[in-house]
Amino acid sequence: MTEPQRLLDGLPDAHRDGLLALARDREFPADSRLFDEGGPADRFWLIRSGEVALDLYVPGRRPPVVETVGPGQLLGWSWLFPPYRWHLGARTLGPVTAREFPAAEVRALCEAVPELGHELAVRCAAVIAERLQATRLRLLDLYAPDGGDRS
Amino acid sequence: MSAVPVPYRVASARPETADSVSLELVAQDAPLPGFSPGQFAMVYAFGVGEVPISVSAIDGATVTFTVRSVGAVSAALGRLGPGSPVGLRGPFGTGWNLTGTADADVLVVAGGIGLAPLRPVVHRLLGPAGRLSVLVGTRTPADLLYPDEVAAWGGTARVEVTVDRPDREWSGSVGVVTALLDRVEPGPGTAALVCGPEVMMRRTADALLARGVPADRIQLSLERNMRCGTGHCGHCQLGPLLLCRDGPVVDCAVSRQLLSVREL
Repeated sequence: MTEPQRLLDGLPDAHRDGLLALARDREFPADSRLFDEGGPADRFWLIRSGEVALDLYVPGRRPPVVETVGPGQLLGWSWLFPPYRWHLGARTLGPVTAREFPAAEVRALCEAVPELGHELAVRCAAVIAERLQATRLRLLDLYAPDGGDRS
Repeated sequence: MSAVPVPYRVASARPETADSVSLELVAQDAPLPGFSPGQFAMVYAFGVGEVPISVSAIDGATVTFTVRSVGAVSAALGRLGPGSPVGLRGPFGTGWNLTGTADADVLVVAGGIGLAPLRPVVHRLLGPAGRLSVLVGTRTPADLLYPDEVAAWGGTARVEVTVDRPDREWSGSVGVVTALLDRVEPGPGTAALVCGPEVMMRRTADALLARGVPADRIQLSLERNMRCGTGHCGHCQLGPLLLCRDGPVVDCAVSRQLLSVREL
């Protein structure tokens, strides 16, 4: 699991500054609903402190939490790909501070500066790949009494 | 070190989870030599068989083993109550190398029952370590070992617990334990001790290496089929290592490559 430790770390200063110029600092109280599954994915966040639960809508029951995202991690990647709709919902578990980035402006910047667009896409893809791997590991149920081996 | 099981008696049997119990044992006569954190014993359930179990607490005249019921012997051990006889051979193997941890940042990463062999390390390092962080991954909240103790460690150490499957009451982290690493920012000065399922340890080691932790400062507790405990029978061979003697704790500089060899 080698998810990029900080999405913007190591970017050339000009690219990093360009992105940060679009961002604003946000604070969310505990139990804030940040977005809902299917809603417009028009922003993303880099978590600075606190933790956010990603959940899934299941009719008739409280949305089950499938993963949590914490300090240093990227919250939200649905803004990268059409149709720009959230795949999951998100709720803060406690007070959260984060940098919030507007998706349309970031995409426009990426179009205008292809090197930045490429780098950011690669980094987001790395995050997605690591979360996919983590999900696969959890599917193995390694902590089960039989170590997940039901053969 | 005796080749014959030394008689011990269960002083207390404490259920930890639905399938795990901690057996506090006291010698009936002369005890075995003292255990170090990370070492293991061959624990004998009379009339059933013998299994290797790492020590999960060391306290004067008593030694504690946390046993998870996964087979006939461990199930028999799990049924024992206070006063029951048990045979012990040991202590076997290498323990956690705690040299140089007094002023270092120490990171303990445990997965599932892997918290048990790391528990004596936490007991020993609470306080003395420069900065102690404990990351625990478990299947469900109900599967977390020593929950009260883990909560109490949070008073002195940085403690983070994540679960694969939350229940309705769980309000903490959900996901793999490696996702917690960046919260404690491991780096070149970190000493990392890791125990859990082998896949989890491989991933954790790779993530630590990627964050600049030197391979020789990452210790993994490996498991193979320990039988004799003395490096004679060869059942626990991992490449050039006999893990009952050269392990179970092996640093990553030695073990990481071996764990990638499918034939081993």
